[in-house]
Amino acid sequence: MCEHCGCAATAEIVRLTDHTSTISATAASDRSIEIVTAILDENDHQAAHNRAHLRDHGILAVNLMSSPGSGKTSLLEATIDAAAGRFRIAVIEGDLETENDARRIRAKGVPAIQITTGQTCHLDARMVHDALHALELETIDLLLIENVGNLVCPASFDLGQHANVTLLSVTEGDDKPAKYPTMFRAADLVLLSKIDLLDVLDDFSTQRAEAHVRALANAAEVMPISARRPQTLGPWIDWLERELAASRTGAAPPRRRAGARRQASG
Amino acid sequence: MHELAVCQSLLRAVERAALSHGATAVSAITVAIGPLSGVEAPLLERAFTVARSGTLAARAALEIQAAPIVVWCSSCGVQTPAAANALLCGRCGTWQVDLRSGDELLLMRVELAADADPAAAAC
Repeated sequence: MCEHCGCAATAEIVRLTDHTSTISATAASDRSIEIVTAILDENDHQAAHNRAHLRDHGILAVNLMSSPGSGKTSLLEATIDAAAGRFRIAVIEGDLETENDARRIRAKGVPAIQITTGQTCHLDARMVHDALHALELETIDLLLIENVGNLVCPASFDLGQHANVTLLSVTEGDDKPAKYPTMFRAADLVLLSKIDLLDVLDDFSTQRAEAHVRALANAAEVMPISARRPQTLGPWIDWLERELAASRTGAAPPRRRAGARRQASG
Repeated sequence: MHELAVCQSLLRAVERAALSHGATAVSAITVAIGPLSGVEAPLLERAFTVARSGTLAARAALEIQAAPIVVWCSSCGVQTPAAANALLCGRCGTWQVDLRSGDELLLMRVELAADADPAAAAC
């Protein structure tokens, strides 16, 4: 039993969330403690707990991040339609205010939990944890977490997701990855959204956008899609299905998650 | 601006470390921050002066060590400095490199106050 929330945590989860075990301080002198620990240690441990909890239920969790207005909610609606019969979806929505996005998802017949963060510019692992307790995990294959629209802050907080998907709408400019390197470096997949508008935009190059992602030492696939053109969504749905299968067989590739960092230099 | 949340997490980690050593006050904290951590050092400093109130670090100084961006190229076998949006090998220019430094968001050191009484440690 998890002491934080009462969920059915295994011994492994409890070990992962035992904060005291992560601080290995050695006294360099009696007044100075040499300690190398992640500043977001608490969030990282909550995220590890979430990930283990999701894994125990065979759920793939995807963290969707982007600027406000790049089409995350529209993509979710189109994804629910396109994936009908292939997997069971639930959604966690993060916004500063309103239940509007969760209502749009529920209208599709899919469970949606709205997290309203007030003035907080990102979701964190504790918020997602609380939302998980409001979902029937036994009935879910794929959990899509729509983070707060923001290309800066969400990149620093691990939620317990298995993969980060970052949207870049073609109206934003193809150099967004160069302007927000931390966010796009964390992406496991980059979706170029609203590509139905490419016909009327002469200044967005999908090749340049991909080159900017590569310049972040990131091999993530760059996939053009449009929520208004269901025929463009096939590769995205296939990607989700592959990731779900890989996470269930334990064959998922190691991820450079948002918030996940090397623990020390060298 | 998520530096306040980062700062509050930092202060909780500092308090755990201090309490585990029987200390009741902290005089200095050292952190390492890389350009790819997503945290801005000046904003963290400003958040710290607000967030430290009422904690064991209420009178603590914050030292921020800026970590450089360094990448490792396995083909060339060299480490080179790089820019945040051009993580490329400095010798051959490939993007297929590993980041060796630059995304740090680490608490490095905590100095415990000589006097446990915060009022006495004011100066």
